[in-house]
Amino acid sequence: MQYMLMLYVQEGEWNKMTSAEQKRGMAAYMAFTEALTKAGALKAHGRLQPSSAATTVRITGSKSQVLDGPYLDSKEQLAGYYFIEATDLDAAIAWAARCPAAGHGIVEVRPLWPAPAKIE
Amino acid sequence: MSSDRSSAHAQLTAEAVARRSYGKLVALLATRTHDVAAAEDALAEAFASALAHWPSEGCPSNPEGWLLASARRKAIDAIRRRRTAERASSDVQLLAGELDSAPAFETAIPDHRLALMFACAHPAIEIAIRAPLMLQVVLGFDAKRIASAFLIAPGTMGQRLTRAKNKIKQAGIPFRFPERQELPSRLDAVLDAIYAVFAEGWADADGSDVLRRDLAEEALFLGRLVTELFPEAAEGFGLLALMLYVEARHDARRDENGEYVPLTEQDPARWDSPMIEEAEARLLRARELGPIGRYQLEAALQSAHVFRRRTGTPNWLAVMQLYDALLALTSSPIVAVNRALVIAQLQGPRAGLEAIEHIADTRLTEYQPYWAARAELLAKTNRHAEARHAYDVAIGLERDPAVRRFLQKRRHALDA
Repeated sequence: MQYMLMLYVQEGEWNKMTSAEQKRGMAAYMAFTEALTKAGALKAHGRLQPSSAATTVRITGSKSQVLDGPYLDSKEQLAGYYFIEATDLDAAIAWAARCPAAGHGIVEVRPLWPAPAKIE
Repeated sequence: MSSDRSSAHAQLTAEAVARRSYGKLVALLATRTHDVAAAEDALAEAFASALAHWPSEGCPSNPEGWLLASARRKAIDAIRRRRTAERASSDVQLLAGELDSAPAFETAIPDHRLALMFACAHPAIEIAIRAPLMLQVVLGFDAKRIASAFLIAPGTMGQRLTRAKNKIKQAGIPFRFPERQELPSRLDAVLDAIYAVFAEGWADADGSDVLRRDLAEEALFLGRLVTELFPEAAEGFGLLALMLYVEARHDARRDENGEYVPLTEQDPARWDSPMIEEAEARLLRARELGPIGRYQLEAALQSAHVFRRRTGTPNWLAVMQLYDALLALTSSPIVAVNRALVIAQLQGPRAGLEAIEHIADTRLTEYQPYWAARAELLAKTNRHAEARHAYDVAIGLERDPAVRRFLQKRRHALDA
């Protein structure tokens, strides 16, 4: 099955860290990414810019409404994702638990719908 | 055989299979697809078909195998009917593959019920729905019956069960033994759910509510099942022993007038001796297996109470040690309350009261035994006004009328 690991963290925290701490933090993420890659489980991953760079768009009636800022104005913001392949939820949870974000934020594990397939 | 009699025979056979093998068949049907709801639907159709065919054709020699094969065909039919559903083809392939490799009717059907229980008590499933879910998918209880036993509106219970089954299917919750390092905690979740079933049944002391009286028996059935399917798990035996000890005293909890009788005043002759013997044997087995856990400690406490009441030998020091171990393991405020009562036995009511006042946990404000224990200790230290207040709170929190009457009697005794 395919799972999306969504990393939610407090945005201000990163800038409060010393450069040595930031370096250690980056190294932890790189090691995690490497482990996923070696296991053949990683399909895609990415780090998002802070929510101050976010813009929301919605169409009401026929007019599109564009607003500055993220959809949810909460303390924890979506900061990155790992799109992985895992045999079941337990395997996905095991990866999520190894993700550094589980230590300083929250990792949400969401399964994807399987791709539509032709029937017989 | 007349048609009435053969139809009655078919009904009885189907009911017997349902009771014995419902969860086994659901587990097997859902193992590959993870679709518990679809497995249950297919099985229900297979049972209906059995009741239609068996009276005229006779009961098959292997009813389970017949039902399994029939349910598998129904499951494939159901998926084909929903051709538009996007995920249909993979499930059809899985089931068709199983139909080809299906065991012949004569061979034993593999038992995946424990894996099914692990799925029901998975950490990704809401705790409160685990016990109801197990009752439904392992034992075949319908939502209405479960709702009534758990004092929840049937519609709500139905929705929550459906939601939990969808979660199993959609999130890919596995049907298998957990990895070694997480096995103890995952097994605890299964045992907790079984104990929750038992506790719901136990709450009906009069045995007047047939549904809830059944729950204690069903919990014992599930507890036995765990020890059979997982004979190396010490805590499984510990839980079974605990439930047996408690159930053995079921009738002794009421006198001939239906009034509540506390453990300290129960007549040991009214306890179910064979059940206590079985409990002792199960606890012994648990100790041989090791390591010790919460359920074994609680069972050992029950064993100590039985010993004291039967022999008249005070064993409060041993009881205290067990509570100490239990408290260290669980940090449960409920354990702390019971421990305070043992301190009162050993060092007097004032020491007990001091211990109970040291427990800082807001959850206790709605816990009847906390207020009853407090009231009793306050009464024994001649703080009658406070004791009366504590009894009032305890009476207000109690749902069982017989226990309420018992507490009222104690409260009135203070006025005399």
